[in-house]
Amino acid sequence: MSAVTPPISLRASGGLRRRRLVNKLMEGVGWTSALLAVAVLFVVIVSVAVRAWPALSWDFFTKPPALFGQPGGGISSAIVGSLLIVAIATAIALPIGILIAIYLTEFAPRSVARPIQLVLDVLNGLPTIITGIFVFGVVVIDHGQSAYAAGFALSIVMLPLVARAAQETLLLVPSALREGSLALGVSRWRSVVGVILPTTFGGVLTGAILAVARAAGETAPLLFTCSIFNPAVSTDVTHALPNIPVLIFTYSEQPDQALHEQAWGAALVLMMFVLVSSLLAKALLARSRRKLGR
Amino acid sequence: MSAVPTDYSLRSSRRRLGDRIGDVALRGTTLIAALAAVALLGAIVWKVLALAWPSITHYGLSFVTGETWDPVKKVFGALPFIYGTAMSSLIALVIATPLAIAIALWLSELAPGGVRGVVGSLVEMLAAIPSVVLGLWGILVLGPFLANHLEPWLHDKLGFIPLFGEPSPTGTGLFTAGLILTIMVVPIIASICRELFLQVPDELEEGALALGATRWEMVRGVILPSTRTGIAAAIILGLGRALGEAIAVTQVIGGGTMISSNLFAPIDTLASKIAASYQGAGSGLETASLLYLAAILLVIGLLTNLAAQVIVRVFDPLKGAH
Repeated sequence: MSAVTPPISLRASGGLRRRRLVNKLMEGVGWTSALLAVAVLFVVIVSVAVRAWPALSWDFFTKPPALFGQPGGGISSAIVGSLLIVAIATAIALPIGILIAIYLTEFAPRSVARPIQLVLDVLNGLPTIITGIFVFGVVVIDHGQSAYAAGFALSIVMLPLVARAAQETLLLVPSALREGSLALGVSRWRSVVGVILPTTFGGVLTGAILAVARAAGETAPLLFTCSIFNPAVSTDVTHALPNIPVLIFTYSEQPDQALHEQAWGAALVLMMFVLVSSLLAKALLARSRRKLGR
Repeated sequence: MSAVPTDYSLRSSRRRLGDRIGDVALRGTTLIAALAAVALLGAIVWKVLALAWPSITHYGLSFVTGETWDPVKKVFGALPFIYGTAMSSLIALVIATPLAIAIALWLSELAPGGVRGVVGSLVEMLAAIPSVVLGLWGILVLGPFLANHLEPWLHDKLGFIPLFGEPSPTGTGLFTAGLILTIMVVPIIASICRELFLQVPDELEEGALALGATRWEMVRGVILPSTRTGIAAAIILGLGRALGEAIAVTQVIGGGTMISSNLFAPIDTLASKIAASYQGAGSGLETASLLYLAAILLVIGLLTNLAAQVIVRVFDPLKGAH
């Protein structure tokens, strides 16, 4: 067989070299961008941790804020307040979110499900300061600031997140399970409550944790509903309770080095809580996906 | 229209009464919950407009073009804050869009298997950092860095463009706010775009490579054109986040009411003005005017959100929201 002469040269010509160069350049841009995003995350975490370090002590976690002008003090009252407010929000958003998800996946015809879905997506994208103003107008104007109002505001932030997570998990339930249950003569509500819902536990829990992580860091809704300064540790949810996001916000706006240090400490606590719960939720999600055979 | 599905209960007439009641009750409660979500959105719109009503009737639409915000003379206008909102979001999107698309392409096409998942999670963690923490970092770390290094350098080199005027002394200003918003918007656009890019059929990508295209030509010729509408929706969702962010922006934007071409000057956005001034608002008209700002923000927020959702639903029925 005689050697075939290719119609065009296979040696890299000027054009090909240029194309390869452009390709290398763009690959470089991709690597740099990814590196930059990771670097920003590390710079934020490290700079918060380094500045928070001097503030962290036993007193920081167990003592309420010192009165104005006095040294020391901690953020115990804010931790208690934040926990209570987020608990109230979860208690409202979780059941309603699951009910909405059940309606959308089990009952609603497509023509009804789509507009409701749209409403949930729009609620999710609403600026949270608007949520704060809404609760201010509905509750705070007449009844004053309270942890209840703050919990209500945060529940509006959490609701679309919980509903979507529950809905996505419900859609993952194999239809064989649903049909099998109905074929055995089990009524609709019994099969939903007794057969379908238990399989979604992991997914709903994941969604709930992610929603809690998001709500715990929300500041704008609390500004209007729960921001009156009150340093004492209190569990009275009918009054405004100190909480971590508002504490960080107010301290950061003041030109006082000691308060900045406290703000850094509180920021580290909040950030670690949020990041650790996001990671936990991700791990849970991977586990429940595996269980459902995906 | 009744909420009770009569045909359904007729078909199951032989079932035990308890089951029939249970079915209707579950359907009814879940329907009420779904309708409550719809009512909630309606109530939010109505309440914000009602709270702003004194200012809306006082100023009408001229409020939107009013350039002065003076609580002493009781003259209020929204233009400086609309300008601040538009410019800070614009800075964020101009920087974030190419960066986020590059990250998404890297994650979907280039990343070695071992680090792909890790970096993907790290980028999502960036979105999870609470805005108040990012704002604290912005005011005490990023701000001073910008004021001492980047802003003087930009002013020296590009000072002939009015955008890069006198650096701010403390590092608070429109530019800093834009950068903080960039950090918030990048992970949103990047994670949506990554999902989009992963959905492009492998045969198309491999076909392009088999025809001799380089990877970049494959991206430019196959991936980007086939995901255009999705990318647009992702950018609009990022815009929605940037427009509505109140806390972090309040912390770093400095607070001002003067429209200046200088990017380093302090100003306020709609959201940050509300967050910054609400507690100190004196007269009823000032409070109502702040709420008028909120109403404008609400309308802009609803429109951007709806636009993104409509783009996603109309052009790509396979994909719901992000």
